This record gives sequence, C-alpha cells and structure tokens, in this order.
Amino acid sequence: MDASNYLYVSALLFTIGAVGVVVRRNAIVVFMCIELMLNAANLSFVTFSRINGDLNGQVMAFFTMVVAACEVVVGLAIIVTIYRSRRSASVDDASLLKR
Amino acid sequence: MLQLALEVGQTAKPEAVMFWILGPLAVVASLAMLLVKKAVHSAILMAFVMIILAIFYIAQDAAFLGIVQIVVYTGAVMMLFLFILMLVGVDSSDSLTETIRGLRPIAITAAVGFGGLMVSLLGQATIGRQSVGLSAANADGNVQALAQLLFSTYVFPFEVVSALLITAALGAMVLAHHQRTIIRPTQRQLSINRFRGESLGTAAGLPSPGVYARHNAVDVPALLPDGTPAADSVNATLSARGDMLDYKKFDLSEINTKVEEEK
Repeated sequence: MDASNYLYVSALLFTIGAVGVVVRRNAIVVFMCIELMLNAANLSFVTFSRINGDLNGQVMAFFTMVVAACEVVVGLAIIVTIYRSRRSASVDDASLLKR
Repeated sequence: MLQLALEVGQTAKPEAVMFWILGPLAVVASLAMLLVKKAVHSAILMAFVMIILAIFYIAQDAAFLGIVQIVVYTGAVMMLFLFILMLVGVDSSDSLTETIRGLRPIAITAAVGFGGLMVSLLGQATIGRQSVGLSAANADGNVQALAQLLFSTYVFPFEVVSALLITAALGAMVLAHHQRTIIRPTQRQLSINRFRGESLGTAAGLPSPGVYARHNAVDVPALLPDGTPAADSVNATLSARGDMLDYKKFDLSEINTKVEEEK
C-alpha cells in the first residue's frame, strides 16, 4: 500500500475540521474541530516521517501534541469564563464590541 | 524475487486492509462530528477519530506517538472536553441554523477547493515515490530513537515547551479563579441571623427529611408534630425537579401492628 494514502486522509480531516471551525456556533465544538485539524497535521507529520525514513517528523508531532494540550487548557478556561458571565457557549453571543 | 514478493505481500496487505476499513471510518466520523446537533455526540465521535489516528500512528512505526495519542488525547483532552461540556450544560445543543447569510455554501465551496488543492499537491509530491520506511531509524527501538533526538537536537524546544505548559496551567488557574463579590457569612453571623430573624421557626435548624421507619430517604418530607408535612425539609433542588414524594404513601396504617406472643 502506498503510504501517501494516509496523507490524503489527513488532508480530508484537515478540511473537515476547517469547515467545522467556520460553520459551527458552539464554542466547544469549534474547539474540537481545531483539535481535529491539529491531529490531521500530526498524521501527515508521521506519514512524511515514514516516507522519508527520518524521525524528525515524529518529534514535531510530539511537540504539536504538547502545544495542543496547552491550547485546550487555556481555551476551555476562556470558554468557561465567557459562559459564566453570559450563560452561553455560542460564539455569536460574544459580540459586545460590535455594538 | 519470489521471497521478496511474498514478504511485501505479507507486510503490505494487512496494513492496506486496516487502512481501507479505518480510513473511511475516520472521515465519516469526522463528517458526522460536523453534522450532529449535540456537542456530547461530537465529543464521542472526536474520541473515535483520535483512536483511529492512534492506530494509524502505530501502523506507521510510530508506536510511542500512538500510545501518547491515546493517553493524551482520548484520555486527557477528551475528558477535559466532556468535563467542560457537563459544566456548561449537556443540553446546550447547537442550533444548526446559519446566522450569517450565505456562510455555509461559501464555506463548503472553499473547503472543496482547498481539499482538492491539498490532495492534488500531496499527490504530486509523493506519487510514485517509494517510502523509505523507519526500520533503519527505529533499529534500537522507537522510544530510544525519539529520546535521542529529543534530548540532543531538540533539547532547547523541549525546555521551551515545559515553560509553555507551566504558563498554560497558570493561565487556566487565573482564568478559572473568580472573585467573591459579597463577603461569605461566618458561622457566628449565620447563628445571629437565625435567632434575630422574623420567626424562631428555624432557630433549631431545618427538620431533616424522611418519615417513620419505612422510608427515610431524602425525597420524602418530614412530618411536623401536628402531622403536616414540612416542605422545607426536602432539598430545594429535589423539590424544584419535582422529585419530592408524597409522605402519605408511607403511612404505617397498613402494617399489622399486633404483636403476637411467642410460644
């Protein structure tokens, strides 16, 4: 089997995640879609590392995981703070600066 | 030659079967993640995709990353997501109506264009290229080889990442901290309020729930000395939910109270 098939899957997952970020309104689901994009990038890192026979890609994927974990922690804390003040987790409701 | 063909067949075939089962499943699950209404279902589908990706990693000679993927993503990150979902409210289902007019067609068109571009680019870059494979790089074991890289070439980024983790933890603590706007009443203050209040009815504390010996669960109101049920003996949350039971159901009259003498 050609290893580049994994790359196509990763491209598809990344695209689906990007659509989710744009289309969904719930902040938590938007966050999950961002996670999906990061994971898709990780999959292509791992696949390229296999294609090139070089472990640097795997180290990069490892760093991506750490950064994603940090991002989740801070992002969810922000969501909880917003929820506490406006009782809603919808990204459309936080529009105070517009008015 | 025959030996080589056999070897290739033996190693490549199971992976192809695995890929053609799990690859479409991953794509379908992530599409469903977009389309389902409830955030909890999205989270479950997300965990499913993460596990499939972990299997992909392990199949591609990245055993360490595969295990880390399961531990960190499906273990920690998804649990954090579910925890926040429970905190924010499970039934906060997303309305799927679009709030910005024409957003959805534009997003889908852009996504199809972007995805097509990416797939064609990746195809051009990799098609017909024999993958080298990691058996040489992983000769001493995947974890050992990764550790060697991490603690030599990438030692500085590794340290920076530790600083990032600590900063994130601190940031989450600062964001989640919330300042009291009113001073919390002390025991002394509460006691004074009880006795100096309008009535002395609750001076000795609220009655505890439960009647007789037949039912002392928290969802049955207590009976006051005059036989009336005390509604405030049941937790306010239970009565708001409508989970308060009727004390009459546990009346003792139907029990045979006659004591028979033993012979």
